[in-house]
Amino acid sequence: MKTKLKGISYSKYGYLFSIPFVVAFLIFTLYPTIFTATLGFTDRKGLIQENYHFLKEDIFQNFKSVLENESFKTSLKNTIMIWVMNFIPQITIALLLTAWFTSHSNEIKGKGFFKVVFYMPNIITAATVAILFKAIFSYPKGPVNDILVSSGLLDSEYFFTNSRTASRLIVAFIQFWTWYGNTMIVLVSGVLGISPDIYEAAEIDGANGVQTFFRITIPNLKTVLLYTLVTSLVGGLNMYDIPKVFLNGGPDSATLTTSVFIYNQAFAGSYIYNRAAAASMIMWLVIVICSAVLFYLMRDKDEIKLNKQVKKAKKEARMVAKGGVNEWRL
Amino acid sequence: MASVTRTNPKSIAFKASAYTFCALLTVLSLLPFIIMIVNATRSTPQIQSHALSLIPSKYLMKNYACFAGRDFKPFLGFKNSLIISCGATLCNIYFSTMTAFALVAYDWRLRKPFFTVIMAVLMIPAQVTSIGFYQFMHSAGWLNSYLPLILPSIAAPTTVFFMRQYMIPSLPMEILQSARIDGAGEFRIFNQIVLPMMKPAMATQAIFTFVGTWNQLFLPQVLLTDKEKYTMPMMVSLLNGDSYKTEMGAVYLGLLLTVIPLLVVYFALSKHIIAGVALGGVKG
Repeated sequence: MKTKLKGISYSKYGYLFSIPFVVAFLIFTLYPTIFTATLGFTDRKGLIQENYHFLKEDIFQNFKSVLENESFKTSLKNTIMIWVMNFIPQITIALLLTAWFTSHSNEIKGKGFFKVVFYMPNIITAATVAILFKAIFSYPKGPVNDILVSSGLLDSEYFFTNSRTASRLIVAFIQFWTWYGNTMIVLVSGVLGISPDIYEAAEIDGANGVQTFFRITIPNLKTVLLYTLVTSLVGGLNMYDIPKVFLNGGPDSATLTTSVFIYNQAFAGSYIYNRAAAASMIMWLVIVICSAVLFYLMRDKDEIKLNKQVKKAKKEARMVAKGGVNEWRL
Repeated sequence: MASVTRTNPKSIAFKASAYTFCALLTVLSLLPFIIMIVNATRSTPQIQSHALSLIPSKYLMKNYACFAGRDFKPFLGFKNSLIISCGATLCNIYFSTMTAFALVAYDWRLRKPFFTVIMAVLMIPAQVTSIGFYQFMHSAGWLNSYLPLILPSIAAPTTVFFMRQYMIPSLPMEILQSARIDGAGEFRIFNQIVLPMMKPAMATQAIFTFVGTWNQLFLPQVLLTDKEKYTMPMMVSLLNGDSYKTEMGAVYLGLLLTVIPLLVVYFALSKHIIAGVALGGVKG
């Protein structure tokens, strides 16, 4: 890339143009992150306490008390449970729709319409969706109870929002309902990025639709699937809006997620900043570890093998060049 | 593609099941909104006797009258959210394009490390920093101000990443060189040549930033306590309060009022939005 003209160096403009980003990043992201991490090691509590100190006896005390806190354990369990309950149907249905929408042998009409409709819930404010679903599942008179009772599926109205399992399922369903359209569009665009030559070759070889999907589409979709998995996991572990507005973590902490736990610890009356900060850092670690494990599991094994072979070949070539041991001469 | 028209029973069965399934999902996506729209026009006794109905009634204005003198002020929330979302979107788009320009057009020593940092920041979720962010804003006296909700979007790693991907193939360096020969300064080159060229990418990112900022609840809920400054999602969560327990029609109407602006934007721009989501996935 040419960046010099008439002997003038333009590299200083690279620094100049990135100043706003760097400044905003330092002030609004890096400093609060470090500050949060530090608070986790202090005795900072309450709104007015201005002097706070690092914990002297046991510097990890906040972290320990968070990890031993029953509420936190429940919230972590709920968060993971709700994420899994939403992700499995989400990815299954998204993959199914992807297979249909990209099928060459059975063209489906109205794809554009379906995409617009399936994606729509994603654009609506999560708080609105939460209250809408609360109204729809309300007891004793709500649309869902109305359908179930008048169709004879239930004898009497069911108190959905009072049941732990039902509430969790509803939160997971809302998550699924808002995100499957998004996942489907991402996967479809991933499939459209796969070279058509591979599909043509498969067709010539006589592969049927199911074989093509599992042998060609899925392996080639690996990076996109990883992207979906990681973004969904990070989003799921930070789930806040829907559980908070839907039932504020209830009933009996059944939909209490870690983000709601952190909010309640820090801002909803109790102001236990140090423990909330410790919980935030623990969540951050969980997210980083989960993503790292996913990247490790989904890494391209063939590529690693190829790299190793290339390295080995290079090493051998060097040996030959040095006049070292050469098996062909033996 | 080879399009041989085959009408074997297998493909008919496949199509029938595919269309049925898609139709079911369509109902699933639309029904909650239809219930919301219809019930917004019905009175509470009507909803209590039959919560599910597809026939609108005539209590729309009466339901609206319920909001008078209460905390839920949809138009105030709309105005507040509009200020925050517009401010954040402008900051986000302008400065992200600028950062991407710095990464693409110039060769500086810290360019690669800087890009790595941007990629790493993508991993930090906002909730993690919220305690420190709140404490910091508390001591800076910026609580109940819109600035901490707008200014952080100057550093938006996702947008920078997207802009960089878009800029690399579409920005010819020759144009920059000839503009320099004509005597244009670097800042003017950016504003008058680069920005217009990036319009399609900026439009896509603007939609997503706008909707994302509009919908966010966590940070505004932490930072804003003055009810006059509540954003739309915060106004919505007021509908959860006890005073609306007996006003079901009003709750549905309140929800509808918060959804209308988003639906208008969505149906006007749905093509661009779907294309933008698709683009976002490919980058992974």
